[in-house]
Amino acid sequence: MKYQTQKIALAYFVVAMALFAVQVTMGLVLGWIYISPNFLSEILPFNVGRMLHTNSLIVWLLLGFFGAAYYLIPEEAEREIHSPKLAWLQLAIFVIGTAGVVVTYLFNLFDGNWLLGNEGREFIEQPRWVKVGIVVAALIFLYNISMTVLAGRKTAITNILLLGLWGLALLFLFAFVNPDNLALDKMYWWYIVHLWVEGTWELVMASILAFLMLKLTGVDREVVEKWLYVIAALALFSGILGTGHHYYWIGTPGYWQWIGSIFSSFEVAPFFAMMSFAFVMVWKGRRDHPNKAALLWSLGCATLAFFGAGVWGFLHTLHGVNYYSHGTQITAAHGHLAFYGAYVCLNLAIITYALPHLLGRDPYNQVLNMVSFWLMSGGVVFMTFTLTFAGTIQTHLQRVNGEGYMDVQDQLWLFYAMRFGSGVAVVLGAVLFIYAVLVPRREIIERGASQPAE
Amino acid sequence: MNAPQASVLDDLPGDLMMWVLILSELAVFGAGLLGFLAVRLTDPPGFAEAQAHLHRTGAGINTLVLVTSGWLAALALEAARAGRRTRLRALLAGAALLGGVFLFLKAQEYADLWAAGLSFDSHAFYTFHMLLTGFHAAHVLAGIVLLGLVGWLATPRAVEAGAAFWHMVDLVWVLLFPVVYLI
Repeated sequence: MKYQTQKIALAYFVVAMALFAVQVTMGLVLGWIYISPNFLSEILPFNVGRMLHTNSLIVWLLLGFFGAAYYLIPEEAEREIHSPKLAWLQLAIFVIGTAGVVVTYLFNLFDGNWLLGNEGREFIEQPRWVKVGIVVAALIFLYNISMTVLAGRKTAITNILLLGLWGLALLFLFAFVNPDNLALDKMYWWYIVHLWVEGTWELVMASILAFLMLKLTGVDREVVEKWLYVIAALALFSGILGTGHHYYWIGTPGYWQWIGSIFSSFEVAPFFAMMSFAFVMVWKGRRDHPNKAALLWSLGCATLAFFGAGVWGFLHTLHGVNYYSHGTQITAAHGHLAFYGAYVCLNLAIITYALPHLLGRDPYNQVLNMVSFWLMSGGVVFMTFTLTFAGTIQTHLQRVNGEGYMDVQDQLWLFYAMRFGSGVAVVLGAVLFIYAVLVPRREIIERGASQPAE
Repeated sequence: MNAPQASVLDDLPGDLMMWVLILSELAVFGAGLLGFLAVRLTDPPGFAEAQAHLHRTGAGINTLVLVTSGWLAALALEAARAGRRTRLRALLAGAALLGGVFLFLKAQEYADLWAAGLSFDSHAFYTFHMLLTGFHAAHVLAGIVLLGLVGWLATPRAVEAGAAFWHMVDLVWVLLFPVVYLI
């Protein structure tokens, strides 16, 4: 660690990992509800549990991005963060806001209240006061990192990262647009949900991945930057109009079926480019960086993102296919592997890279961390397969044969049971990861002869 | 650290990012044309009937207009390399002006279709016709703005990028015209 203010990242990463634990635990509870539907139905209704599962995911990923920015921007810009105090204030706002959402939802407080009650829209159901807090915190964050970058060295990595983070924050403003017309409501809703994960977040992902490749493989910055710009261009080219693949059946005009099908088919391109990028950099790179676990997570991220977001997304993105598969377990299969591969692995990669520096523990414990990678990834991949099979059967029974939803659900029991098993592996993997990066102080494996690393 | 390695990409004329854009555009329009041809298989008479409402002659003239405009842009690049600013700007202005002619003729067709009550939803043919030619027209408009911008910068590198984009717009039209208007 070269800059003192990089320490800020530590707090963000720790809070992120705490929410990560909440997220996967909630996931396990939900997985059990699929098997035994009355489990906790009075205390924790399924919709509230699901909200906690998805929202804690998004908040922890965002906190991870913020932490990553606070970690890598000083190194890239070659100066300290503009104001550490603002960074702490930002974190405090996020923590209070998150706690506010959880309490409001669990106890259904202030129902219907304009300012204090929940807004009931999936993912952006936060009470309005929390939304305002998110905007304020985002502005503080953007001001803080933009000032740092403007005063320091400007690199492609910080350019693309800032572009992604600014876009992410500006798009969140659509959370305040909530028309009465349900079709319009959904249309704007996707401006956030889709243009985050299939637009701006991809820019954040590409730039963090580029930073990791730069540090871990020692390939020239010039080469990394060329890839980075191409990936960013592909992501925006396909992703922006790719929003159309959410407009098939919500009441928008029919031409969206073709715009959505064509552009979203190309969304596989940036993910393929990121995977190629990661592997080509590793092959070309001569540096034998001791942090093998960070490299494993980086390569795993690029690969699983390609399969989860790219291939599993393409499986049901064409409107002729989606007409049958829409809203089945196929969607759940895609959602799990895409989020895990693209954004969970990305965050765990940067955490794995940064924490030994932040905690002053080089050389690192890597074996446990790598075991957690295989345990967690194996779990999510197995889960993806079970849900894909469940979704295929569900599509046929329910959409082709016309059987009732709940009758079909009964027949999917076996897949849900196997999914619960894979969920147990994921939770164990997550716990092991958190333990591996935070607790042990000693290196376990010998490291071979290598060049000194940055 | 590695020594910078030579890459095949270094041999590419013009800007790498422009080629990424051009390939992406061709892929998208290509996919659109394939979709069009596939859906046409389901209703050949309906597609033929719908096609009869288009301005074929106007589209034919537009083909000549765009190709000529592309030729002017190519001459402008030569002028830029020779360092002849006034000439390159005049040529780019000519190219952009022909782009304007293209849009004017295109608008006539849209206006007539509109007046006849034909729109996106009237038939699958019009969905594709308006998506494909509409996206293309948007690129003509963007190309005109781009030609203005590179004419203002007037460096060979900028003019090359602008001309490359303009040729792509040209090429896409040459593919759209036979598929959507003729066969």
